[in-house]
Amino acid sequence: MTATVGPQVQAAARANEVWKLYGSGEAQVAALRGVTAEFERGRFTAIMGPSGSGKSTLMHCLAGLDSVTRGTVSIGETTVTGLGDSGLTKLRRDKVGFIFQQFNLLPTLTAQENILLPLSIAGRKPDPAWYDTVIDTVGLRDRLKHRPAQLSGGQQQRVACARALVARPEVIFADEPTGNLDSRSGAEVLNFLRNSVREHGQTIVMVTHDPTAAAYADRVIFLADGQIVSELVEPTADTVLDTMKKLDTPAEVAR
Amino acid sequence: MFRATWKSLLARKVRLLLSGLAVVLGVMFVSGAFVLTDTLGRSFDAVFADGYSNIDVIVSAKPKVELSEAEGEQVAAPVPASVVDQVKAKVPGATDVTGLVNADGARLIGSNGKVVTSFGPPQLGENWVGENDLIQLRDGSREPRADDEIVINQALADAAKVKVGDRVGVLTLEPKKEFTIVGVFGYSGGRDSMGGVNEVVFTTPVAQRLMLGKPDTFSSVSVQAADGVSAERLRDDVSAALGAGYEVKTGEQAAADQAASLKEALSFFNKVLLGFAAVALLVGTFLILNTFSIIVAQRTRELALMRAIGASGRQIIGSVVLEAIAVGLIASVLGLAAGIGVGALLAYLFGKLAGGLSLAGLGVPPAAVIGAFGVGLVITVVAALLPALRASRIPPIAAMQDVATPDRPLTKVTVAGGIVTAIGAVLLFLGLDGHAGDNTLATILGGVLFAFIGVALLTPLISRPVVSLLGALFSWSVPGKLGRLNSGRNPRRTAITAAALMVGIALVTGVTVILDSAKGSISKLAADTIKAELVISGAQSGPRPPSFDPAVLEKAAAIPGVQLVDGEYGDMGTVNGTRTWVAASSNVAALQRIFGAKATAGDISRLGPDQMLFSSDTAKSRNVSVGSQVTVQLSRGEARTYTVSGIYESSELTNPVLLPPQAAADFAIPQPIQGFVQLAPGAKVADVQPRVETLLADSPEVSVADRDAFIKQQTSQLDTPLRMIQILLALAIVIAVLGIINTLALSVLERTRELGLLRAIGLRRAQTMRMITVEAVVISIFGALLGVAVGTGLGAAVVRALKDEGITDLILPWGQMGVFLVLAAIIGVIAAVLPAVRAARINVLGAIAHD
Repeated sequence: MTATVGPQVQAAARANEVWKLYGSGEAQVAALRGVTAEFERGRFTAIMGPSGSGKSTLMHCLAGLDSVTRGTVSIGETTVTGLGDSGLTKLRRDKVGFIFQQFNLLPTLTAQENILLPLSIAGRKPDPAWYDTVIDTVGLRDRLKHRPAQLSGGQQQRVACARALVARPEVIFADEPTGNLDSRSGAEVLNFLRNSVREHGQTIVMVTHDPTAAAYADRVIFLADGQIVSELVEPTADTVLDTMKKLDTPAEVAR
Repeated sequence: MFRATWKSLLARKVRLLLSGLAVVLGVMFVSGAFVLTDTLGRSFDAVFADGYSNIDVIVSAKPKVELSEAEGEQVAAPVPASVVDQVKAKVPGATDVTGLVNADGARLIGSNGKVVTSFGPPQLGENWVGENDLIQLRDGSREPRADDEIVINQALADAAKVKVGDRVGVLTLEPKKEFTIVGVFGYSGGRDSMGGVNEVVFTTPVAQRLMLGKPDTFSSVSVQAADGVSAERLRDDVSAALGAGYEVKTGEQAAADQAASLKEALSFFNKVLLGFAAVALLVGTFLILNTFSIIVAQRTRELALMRAIGASGRQIIGSVVLEAIAVGLIASVLGLAAGIGVGALLAYLFGKLAGGLSLAGLGVPPAAVIGAFGVGLVITVVAALLPALRASRIPPIAAMQDVATPDRPLTKVTVAGGIVTAIGAVLLFLGLDGHAGDNTLATILGGVLFAFIGVALLTPLISRPVVSLLGALFSWSVPGKLGRLNSGRNPRRTAITAAALMVGIALVTGVTVILDSAKGSISKLAADTIKAELVISGAQSGPRPPSFDPAVLEKAAAIPGVQLVDGEYGDMGTVNGTRTWVAASSNVAALQRIFGAKATAGDISRLGPDQMLFSSDTAKSRNVSVGSQVTVQLSRGEARTYTVSGIYESSELTNPVLLPPQAAADFAIPQPIQGFVQLAPGAKVADVQPRVETLLADSPEVSVADRDAFIKQQTSQLDTPLRMIQILLALAIVIAVLGIINTLALSVLERTRELGLLRAIGLRRAQTMRMITVEAVVISIFGALLGVAVGTGLGAAVVRALKDEGITDLILPWGQMGVFLVLAAIIGVIAAVLPAVRAARINVLGAIAHD
C-alpha cells in the first residue's frame, strides 16, 4: 500500500521503492521491502509498527544515517541516496534534526551549549529571535546554565528538542522520544512537538510504538514486515490501538 | 565545536593526565639534558674566563699531537725560556712577561697513602709566579722557595687531608718525590678550587723538570699590556716579534678556546641523554596511542551524536587532535618545568663530583624550550592521529543504537607488522653488516625502531595464544579465569600495553646480552692468551690511566722465581700523520712469550732503537711492510723515523704498533701503565706476589693481582656503563607501568556495569581485585616475555656483527631474564592496585543502573 499526499502540500521527505537488505545468502534479512512514502511539509507524521517491522530502519534510511539497498530517498530538493560523506554531513547540518530516545546530550556542556551545538558545529550564529522563541516554547529559560545531570528526564528531552529545532531543519526525526519518559513528561514533550508543527510549520517524523504518542501526530503510517500496511489521518489513541491490534493478528498467523 | 572539545577534555582530565605523564617524563629528559649542558657549559666558560682574567696575552707552542677532550689531556709543546727574554726585548708594550709551567699529571699522595684522584678535571703541576688578583695564599702559608717545597690549593689539601708543614709524596713525570707543604692557596671570592682542578705548585726549576721533563722550558708565557696598550694590539706585536711557530692569543681567546673543547665533550653527554629521552618518548607514544584509542571507543556514542547533528569527519579528527594538542602542551609545560629541575639537580651533582665546580646561574636555553614543546606536541599528536582517524569513521547511526563493534580481523595489522618487522630486520642487517657506510648508526637505530614498531603490530596476533597460555596459570580460581578472559578480550589493547613494556625490557636485555657477551669473550681471550701469572695495574678514574715507577720492572725481574717481566707504555701519537695509539714494551720478548703473538713477517722477538713493529691489521690499513720507513710523532719531542722490522698477527689484545722502550720517554705518560710478570715453572704466585707488592710501595696508583683478578677488574669496567644504561632505561619501564595502570583503569571504567553485575551475583571485593590483578600480571608478563625475546634477538644480532671485533661468544643472561619476568609480575601487581581498588569500590546498584 502506498501512503498518499495531497497535491497542494509539498513533501519534506520522500522514500521511493526503498529496499533495505541486511546480510547475504541464507542469512539475508529484508528490513524494508519496497517502501514508498511521502512526508508532507509542516506536518507531524508518526511511524508505527511492531518491533522488527522496520520502522527504525525506515527512519534511519530517510535521515541518511543508513544506506538503502534499492530505491531512492530524498529530503526537500536533495536526493539523499548516493550522497558521499561530505554531502551527508551537509545534509545533516542544514536539513535534518534528530531527537533520540536516550536524549543524547553531551554531559559536559550546559543546556544552552547543547542547544547551540549544531549551529556551532556548522559555524553559524543563531537567529536571536528564533532562539528566544524556541527557549520560551520549551520553557527552559531558567535552566539554561544547568548541566544535563542536573535536569529531569523531561527537561533533558526538551533540551534535545530545542537542539533539533534551533537550526530550523527541513525535517526533524524523532526516535521514540518519549520511550524513556514518564507519561507526564512524555505528554509535555509531545505537546511541544505538536505545537512546533502547528505554530512554526516544522516537519516532524516520529518513530514510536506508543499509541498515545502516535495520537499527537497528524498522520500515522503503519509498518509490518518491512512494508507499509496501513495509514491513519487525524488519529486518536483508540484508532491507533485498533489498527495495531489488526496488524498483530495476521502477523501471528503468518508465523 | 571548540568549546565542546574543550569541555570534554576537562571532563576526562585525570585520564589524559596519566597518559600525558609519559610525555612529561620524555620532555623532562629532553629539556633536562639541554639545561644541564647549558648550565655546565656556562659554568666552564666562567671558570676559564676567570682563569685567564689577569692575563692579557698568552704565548704557547702548537702541541705535537692534537687531541680532543675525549681522547685525553693534550700535552702542550714546550716554549723555550728564551721566548721570555725575546718578548721583553722586542715588544715595547709588554710589561710583566712570565713563563708558566702548567701540565696535567701532578698526583698528590694523601694522608691515607692513596693518590687523590680526579673524575675529570686535570691535576695540574705548576710553577709559583706569585700571588695575584685570582690566587691568594691562605693564612700561615708562604711561597715555595726550596726544591722540596710546594704549595697546593685548598680543595686538594682538603681532599688529601693534609696541611701546611706536612711531608707528602707527589707523583709526576718522575716517580714519587717527597715535598713539604709550605702553603695552601685559594682563589678570589673565597673559592677553594677552580672548577674542581687540583693544583700542586713547585718552584720554577722543579716544575720544569718534573712536569715538562726539560729544564729552561715553559708551557706558556703570559704577557701583560702596558697602560694604554690593548690586548689585541699586544697580541699582534708579540706575534710579530716571535714569528711563526707560536700561538699567541689574548686571554679571552684562550679561555673561549679551552671552554669550547670542553663543551664538545659535554655535547656528547647531551646526545646520550637525548637518546634515552627518545626511548622514553617511543614508549610514551604507545601509551598515548592506547589512551586515545580507548577514549575514542568510550566516546563512540558522543562522537556519533556529533556526526548526527552535523559534524563532519574532519571536525571529529580536529576535535581529537585538538585534545592531543592540549594534552601535549600541558605535558610539555610540566615536562619543561621538571626538566629544569632535573637539569639543575644533575648540574649540582656534577659540580660536586667534579670537586666543587661553582655553577653559573641556572639557564634555560632556547633549545630546551623548543625541544620540549616540539617533542611534546609532535609525539602526542602523532600518537593521537590513528585514534582520531578511527573516531572520524564512527557512523552517526551509532548514536541511536548500540552498534556492536565487530571484532575486527587482525589480518591487516599482522601483514603491516610483518612488513615493518622485515624492513627493520633488513635495516639492522645492512647496518650491522657494514653496508651502510657513514650512516651505520642511523641505519641500526632505524632498524631497531622499525623492529619495535613491527613487533608491536604483530603483538595482537601473538597475544592470543601466549596470553591464553599465561592465563592458564591463573585459571584455577574463578576470578583468575575471569581476569585471564578479560586480558584476552581486546587483543589490540593488550598488545599495545604490553608492547610499551616490551620496548624498555628489550633494550635492557639487548644491552645486557651485548655487554655480557663482550665481557665473556674478552675474559676468555685474555685467559687463553695472557701467560703472565701476576699483573700490575690500577683502576682508572679520570682521563689519565694510573702508572708506576719503571724501576719496579727491573727489581721485579730480579725476584727469584720470576722468568719474564714486561712493562707496557702507551701514548696517542701520529704514525705517518695519522693519529694512532702507540705502545712500547719494556721487554719485546713478552709479545711472543706472554701474549702469544705470532710473526706474520720479519722478526718480532727483538727491536732495535730505530725499529718498530706493526700489527697485521694496522700494517694492512696503513700499507706498510717490513723495511718500510715510518715517521712517528709522540706527545713530546720531535718526529722520528723508524724502520718496520716485523709484523705480528692482530688480536684483541695486541696494540696497533709497538715502539722500542726508549721511545716511551717521549710519551705523555713516560711510565708504564701495566706490568706483566711471568713466573718460572714451579715458582709460586703466593711467594712472588708479596715481594712485588713491596716494590710498589711508592707507586700507590697500582697494585699487583693474579691474572684472574686482573681480568675481572678489566671486564668490570663494563659494569658501570651497563648499570647506567639500565637505570636510564628503567625510566622507559616506569612509563610502561603507567600504561598498564591507564589501560586497566579505563577498562574498569568501561566495564562498570559488568563489574556491578559480577558483584551483584556474589563476587566478593577481594575476588574482584584478584580478577583485575590477574589481568595486569598477564599483560605485564606478556610484555616482559616479548621484551626478553626481542632484546635477545637484537643483542644476538649485534654480537654476531661484532664477531670480527673479538666478541666471539654469545652469552645470554638467563638470570637477568628471569629477574625481568619476576619484576614484570611485580609490576603487574603494582599497576593493578589502583584500578583494582576502584573496581572493588563500585557501587553495585549504581553500576547496574549505569547507562
